[in-house]
Amino acid sequence: MAEATASSISKPVKTPAPRASAWRDILNTLTIPVLAIFTALIVSGFIIAFTAPTVLTLLPNFWEHPFQLIGAMWDTVITAYAALLQGAFGDWGAILAGFQEWIATGDATDLFRALRDPFESLVAATPYIFTGLAVAVGFKGGLFNIGVEGQLFAGAIASAWVGFNIEGLPWFIHLPLALLAGLLAGAVWAGIAGVLKATRGVNEVINTIMLNYIMFLFTDWLLSESGPMRGSAGAPRTPEIYPSAYLPRVLPDPVRFHWGFFLAVGAVFFVYWFLWKTTVGFEIRTVGASPTAAKYAGIAVGRIFVLTMGLSGSLAGLAGANELLGLNHYMVAAFSPGYGFDAIALALLGKSNPFGVLASALLFGALRNGATRMQSLASVPVDIISVMQALIIAFIAAPEIVRWIYRLRVPTQKEQEVFARGWGG
Amino acid sequence: MPPILELRGITKRFPGVLANDHIDLTLNQGEIHALLGENGAGKTTLMNVLYGLYHPDEGEIMVRDKPIRITSPRDAIAQGIGMVHQHFMLIPVFTVTENVMLGDESITNGVVLDRKKVAGEIRELSTKYGLEVNPTLYIKDISVGIQQRVEIIKLLYRKADILILDEPTAVLTPQEADDLFQVLRNLKARGNSIIFITHKLREVLALADRITVLRLGKVVGSTEPKNTNSAELARMMVGRSVILSVDKEAAKPKDVVLNVQNLVVRDERHSIAINDVSFQVRAGEVLGIAGVQGNGQTELAQALTGLRHVESGRVTVLGHETTHATPRQLFELDVAHVPEDRQQDGLVMSFPVEDNLVLNEYYRPPFAKGIVLNFDEIEKAAAERVREFDVRTPSIFVKTANLSGGNQQKVIVAREFTGPIKLLIASQPTRGLDVGSIEYIHKRIVEKRDAGAAVLLVSNELDEIMSLSDRIAVMYKGQIIDTVNAAETTKEALGLLMAGVHGDGKTPALQPQTPEQKAETHHQ
Repeated sequence: MAEATASSISKPVKTPAPRASAWRDILNTLTIPVLAIFTALIVSGFIIAFTAPTVLTLLPNFWEHPFQLIGAMWDTVITAYAALLQGAFGDWGAILAGFQEWIATGDATDLFRALRDPFESLVAATPYIFTGLAVAVGFKGGLFNIGVEGQLFAGAIASAWVGFNIEGLPWFIHLPLALLAGLLAGAVWAGIAGVLKATRGVNEVINTIMLNYIMFLFTDWLLSESGPMRGSAGAPRTPEIYPSAYLPRVLPDPVRFHWGFFLAVGAVFFVYWFLWKTTVGFEIRTVGASPTAAKYAGIAVGRIFVLTMGLSGSLAGLAGANELLGLNHYMVAAFSPGYGFDAIALALLGKSNPFGVLASALLFGALRNGATRMQSLASVPVDIISVMQALIIAFIAAPEIVRWIYRLRVPTQKEQEVFARGWGG
Repeated sequence: MPPILELRGITKRFPGVLANDHIDLTLNQGEIHALLGENGAGKTTLMNVLYGLYHPDEGEIMVRDKPIRITSPRDAIAQGIGMVHQHFMLIPVFTVTENVMLGDESITNGVVLDRKKVAGEIRELSTKYGLEVNPTLYIKDISVGIQQRVEIIKLLYRKADILILDEPTAVLTPQEADDLFQVLRNLKARGNSIIFITHKLREVLALADRITVLRLGKVVGSTEPKNTNSAELARMMVGRSVILSVDKEAAKPKDVVLNVQNLVVRDERHSIAINDVSFQVRAGEVLGIAGVQGNGQTELAQALTGLRHVESGRVTVLGHETTHATPRQLFELDVAHVPEDRQQDGLVMSFPVEDNLVLNEYYRPPFAKGIVLNFDEIEKAAAERVREFDVRTPSIFVKTANLSGGNQQKVIVAREFTGPIKLLIASQPTRGLDVGSIEYIHKRIVEKRDAGAAVLLVSNELDEIMSLSDRIAVMYKGQIIDTVNAAETTKEALGLLMAGVHGDGKTPALQPQTPEQKAETHHQ
């Protein structure tokens, strides 16, 4: 019989030192999103090609002239993506020419006209940053806030009300007041779902969806002919807000880029600091990671539900206030093209990390903005961007597909994140 | 005669861990082979390889002298290999018959389940092996011991003759364990071969024909019960001499710390789980709560720690009213709690070790200033606690899920035992841990007792209760059936109490209620 050696029992299990693998962790985290975006671009390329009239007319003759068809497909896709890129990041030749003209003649009109496109990508990204953060905060706290769209409407209505009802304030009071109104309205509207979950255990997914409908219809009523917020323009919209409540533009016309973008980036840093550096953030993340352990640790779980929803809603409200005070300057019925719903995809793409959300929002903003140019130059419908976004999300949500395509190894540890416990809970 | 099952050089690697390192094992027909080892020694990994749940990196499996590949439990069953898992795979709202036929249904007329035929087969198997089971009962209505029999019948019904039992006695009373051993001996007599996984030395010596000891993924040695004793087996398992009993002096109880009066608590299904329970725990003593799993111990610990609503009755800690206190209020009264389910309640598995080490205390100085966390202080305290409590972790930034079970529990103990605790409520503090960790945690509990803490110990391990407690209260069907002096009782006496029979073996299970108590129950 083998004699037992007298060594210590529990030798520390060999695990790689954590610091050394930090970079590899970051790389691992980025692999799937980057490959997902890449794959989505390829698949969308085929969709663009096979919906183009030039390609479709050549299709019946494929067997006689296969290379003609492939060439046409290639041309279509390249033209479309080139237009997309130019729309998203600007025409750098035009920018350079405008710059030279400005130096030579002192006339900056062409320069700012050329700068409109790249800055428009940031303008488009701004509401995505706010709404993406709103959903991400919910996810971190284990809540699925589908009501961001409705909370965005609430925020826009409230800041519009402050914007057009109060006259004569200096901008440094009026603007913060209007922003605050938007923030609070969003927080309260989301907070309702939080309170219902905390006190009655009602699922926040269902609740926020219902609250969306209420807010949409409430908006319709406010702007209807006999509605209290209807303006005099004869269309379903509110009066215009006073300029003292405008979020100021950074550059002259026609660049619409305004200070809301910096507000959004500030929100990214704030959310990061709040979630990871404060006790309340610790409580939110604990509740999100394990509600039972949170309860055991003495955290008032119900209070945290309300707080998380409130924080999420205030970010959504700011998204609405930002759009209203920075761009539209009045409230209309179809105020948002669905920022609050795209935000769910954004938060997933950004893995619920504030900086991940920022990066994803910049990407979505660039895609949205570039799509307009793609439509005008390459006659590819703007909707292809929705397809592209959907594909990115599909690949992110099913990383197995991406791993299978690129023959990647399965991660060694279970790295799946629990995004929300709302489903079926 | 060739062995019925042979494992040759089985090797299984996980990232950073060699779970099985060239393991050889032979199982002869008609023998009970005990696989002994601490948690984390690689027993379960090895059996999962054999059962097709893991694929070995190296090595081969021979069944009846033929090399075979097992890639799923279905393959294993086809080779006659069956496994009873530690956690039963039964559906509570199905009958015994339905559970047995699940996945292998007997069908008449193409679509209709033939329950009668299966029930008949179950009765046959029952009588053949002494496995008394009524096939028409629902799983939820039968005891854990009988449920285990159903699991065994499931395997026999599928014609398995190589049976693997993973820690089968963990959920049983000592008497039920003895019954199980009898069943296993019957199975052996009929030519079945059994692999019995355990970390309990007593069982190995009582039951096994041969014993193979695993440590750190390697076979340390094989032996037979007649050639060895528990001290030697323990040394093989752990790699050094182990003190099998806890070294402690007689308790010197002082003032009452925890006072529980007429406690009534309901479980998830709103039925009464704790029915009119009263007891006291004094400073400097350990009160053990013994009982078969599911007799209200879990609910008792939850109710006393603010995790479960108290229906009626009164609880005080050092004179403070705590009947409806929140976990945080209790924490601030210096009550420490080692929860029963460490992964669910005690830890946030996705958080780094340092966060878990301050999970109850993060909100107050020095760890927080206002609402801002002070990470310097948190890291300092975490490093200190890791050192003091010998938590084996590469660093305090590692995800807690990556630690072994024993080290996870040490994280909880390090957190809860720091500071001047007045009352310790420890629920299953060593469940699933290795001998080394058990020894360590027991020592710490006795230390806290001697430092003047009142300790309430809830455990399903009778050995643990007996070696740590000064007094033992036995719970049966939500009531304390009796409280005995630990020094004067025996395992047999406790076993009878756990089964609801009073010490003399004659009195009925439950004491008749006094008129006052009756009146109180009716009030609710």
